[in-house]
Amino acid sequence: MANVLTAAPRPVQHHAPGENYLNTPKGIRSWLTTVDHKRIGIMYLWSVLAAFFLGGVLALLIRIELLTPKQTIMSAEAYNQVFTLHGAIMVFLFIIPSTPAALGNFVLPLMLGAKDVAFPRLNLCSLYIYWVGTLMAIGSILLGGIDTGWTFYTPYSTSTGGAVSLMTLSVFILGFSSIFTGVNFIATIHKLRAPGMGWFQLPLFVWSMYATAVIQVMATPVLGITVLLLFMERVLKIGIFDPALGGDPVLFQHFFWFYSHPAVYIMIVPGFAIISEIIPVFSKKTIFGYKAIAFSSVAIAVVGFLVWGHHMFVSGQSELAGAIFSFLTFLVAIPSAVKVFNWLATMYRGSISLKTPMLYAISFILLFSIGGLTGIYLGAISVDVHLHDTYFIVAHFHYVMMGGAVIAFLGGLHYWWPKMFGRMYNEKLGAIGCALVFIGFNVTFFTQFLLGTRGMPRRYYNYLDQFQPLHAFSTFGSWILGAGLFLTAAYLLATFRKPMDAPRNPWGGRTLEWETESPPIVHNFDFDPILTHGPYDFRPARTRPNEPVAHRS
Amino acid sequence: MNWFAKWVMPAQSSTLAPDIDNLFWFITAVSAFFFVLIASLITIFAIRYRRRSASDVTPHITHNQKLEIVWSVVPLLILIVIFFWGFNGYMRASIAPANAIEIQVRAKKWVWEFEYPDGMRTLNEFHVPLNRPVRLVMNSEDVIHSFFVPSFRIKMDVLPRRYTELWFEATQPGVHQVFCTEYCGKGHSDMLARIHVDDDAAYQKWLVEGDESMKTMPLPELGKITYENAGCATCHSLDGSSGQGPSWNGIFGQTRNFIDGTSARVDENYIRQSIMEPNAKVVKGYEQIMPTFQGLLRDRQVLGVIEYIKQLK
Repeated sequence: MANVLTAAPRPVQHHAPGENYLNTPKGIRSWLTTVDHKRIGIMYLWSVLAAFFLGGVLALLIRIELLTPKQTIMSAEAYNQVFTLHGAIMVFLFIIPSTPAALGNFVLPLMLGAKDVAFPRLNLCSLYIYWVGTLMAIGSILLGGIDTGWTFYTPYSTSTGGAVSLMTLSVFILGFSSIFTGVNFIATIHKLRAPGMGWFQLPLFVWSMYATAVIQVMATPVLGITVLLLFMERVLKIGIFDPALGGDPVLFQHFFWFYSHPAVYIMIVPGFAIISEIIPVFSKKTIFGYKAIAFSSVAIAVVGFLVWGHHMFVSGQSELAGAIFSFLTFLVAIPSAVKVFNWLATMYRGSISLKTPMLYAISFILLFSIGGLTGIYLGAISVDVHLHDTYFIVAHFHYVMMGGAVIAFLGGLHYWWPKMFGRMYNEKLGAIGCALVFIGFNVTFFTQFLLGTRGMPRRYYNYLDQFQPLHAFSTFGSWILGAGLFLTAAYLLATFRKPMDAPRNPWGGRTLEWETESPPIVHNFDFDPILTHGPYDFRPARTRPNEPVAHRS
Repeated sequence: MNWFAKWVMPAQSSTLAPDIDNLFWFITAVSAFFFVLIASLITIFAIRYRRRSASDVTPHITHNQKLEIVWSVVPLLILIVIFFWGFNGYMRASIAPANAIEIQVRAKKWVWEFEYPDGMRTLNEFHVPLNRPVRLVMNSEDVIHSFFVPSFRIKMDVLPRRYTELWFEATQPGVHQVFCTEYCGKGHSDMLARIHVDDDAAYQKWLVEGDESMKTMPLPELGKITYENAGCATCHSLDGSSGQGPSWNGIFGQTRNFIDGTSARVDENYIRQSIMEPNAKVVKGYEQIMPTFQGLLRDRQVLGVIEYIKQLK
């Protein structure tokens, strides 16, 4: 490894042994005022994990309520609020910030060999905005709750009671946190790469983060404007969406999905980012089709802006619009398929180690494939008409969001946990946890495909008796899934009870974050890193052609 | 395989269903092929190429253009076939035959109302003839609803102040379930309706005479059925618990206080007025949200509801 980088110590930045970004400087104040991307990433991490916990408990409550066809544990009003909050929390407070703002903040500058992101203060500002938005979301729960579903469809959302206005403001504010992270990443990737790191020496994580950031910056303002218009309609009675005031309710759906379909890619492209790191490292083999993976992320980001109407095939939009959106939807499927094939080809003739991050990566490929393939049913308009707004949709997007984005996030959490906290976790428990999550997830959600094809509509509090066996089976699966996640939380937290034991590079990664200490020192590297090999070059040093001579800066 | 298809999807009961199901099973075959391929390759690679030692050396394969073109173009071609198939089916489902019987559908929280060309109206239940196209012209009085008949494979949103259309030709007699599939609040999951598919003679008879049972059934029993089918149950409980509206349990003969400060005793006149002009007297603690049932219930159904409420203790 030593030949990778120059190792010119900076005399001014000597650090004492045992000092790292976690313990230097000390005190809560130093954390709350930090501009260190690593600390901000860690604070984001605990915040999104708290949101994940809350959203997960709500999910378990939903499944318990659906154990029986009539009331089980809560009233219809409570149920409607619980599923709304589950969706809003998971999307806006957990998945969207999870990989970019938590893991990405921590890893991205390290991967680039940079000392920080381009705008460290903006980064801290983004975290505070996230917290303010979160407090407002919690406030809206306490001040009457919301029962609109996370999609806020008008005119229901303009006419129902509760704290919808506060929640829409919260979403408006949370959008800025997302935009700030995106702007920061774009500038960082353009300007702060280590010497020798051209665009095609970037780790694929960085490419995907770049694609994600572009979507965040371009799509999120549309959501902001949409929820602001909704707020104005509710508070000032300006007719925009509500037909009673002269507005158009379907316009809201266009606006909403113009953001929220790209938002699906804000959630899943970071998942691709993580998997593209884990697969080559645990196969000890260079990534297959680097450019295809890099460009497919960009292709998804671009074409993903043009498919929002596939959420609206039965909304009353024109047949021509439906046909165009259907066709573009099939186009955007290709780059995702290409990635899956590339990952498989990377494993071919590799040296595959089934450590916990790799188990999550394999789970991801399987679950995301199901999520993607079931998307074909929904892109085909005539079949979508039957499946739209049934449990088939619920199952499909959980396979993409949870089976894809969240499983990848968990894989990334396990992959970078030693780097973030300097501690190794119990591999055996890691494998058991992953297996429980994988099995529990499939029992819970595969069942829901069948509920959907048989006609069970989503967002139903009561349901016909004929659906009960499948609902009960799905609820049973949610307990396995919950047990797996609680086990995972337990063994990860248990690592804090023992001394730091993680080496610099526990998995044999070739990207720059593995060249510094675990956990990293405050300034990331005690030398100026210069790139001398690609991010996935696993060849022994002597067989690498044209090895540039490392030069000191 | 037939039993499996029937287990996965409701019985095909409209002329549109077979084509949609064929595409469904075609996509399932394609998906199953690719999923099995992916899962097998992962399993084979994970076993065959498992790490034997930390110093394993792997080949440096960066790309393979031919292979990459193949695995981009082949899925694309399959998807284009699926696109045209789906689009074709969708166009057939979008254009109603010219000779279709037209039925107006009005949705409101949380009932479905159907109106026939001769002005007859029904609530949450309606009859259509077998093997004849029926066109539904739909409209909502409040928020967005959606009209979904799983066994016909049809669905369309029902919008306020805009008409949407749906058509079908039923091929199976019997009763078919209708769901509301656009979330519309507390009663969303109880906003159900039923389509009765009759042969031509039975349909013509029903058009003229209505339901036979409505004339002969004892009043309290008719009231109970009306309570369940006309949407009363969505808001009014029988066990004393309050929902969107007050419970019916034991109210007959009680004195009720209204939001305008007046009060009255619950008698036959009060119940009839509450059904026909629900906002004239709203009980304290409740909102003015109940729709009128004027013209939607036959007189004997109203009498039935009154007798039914009398019995509830």
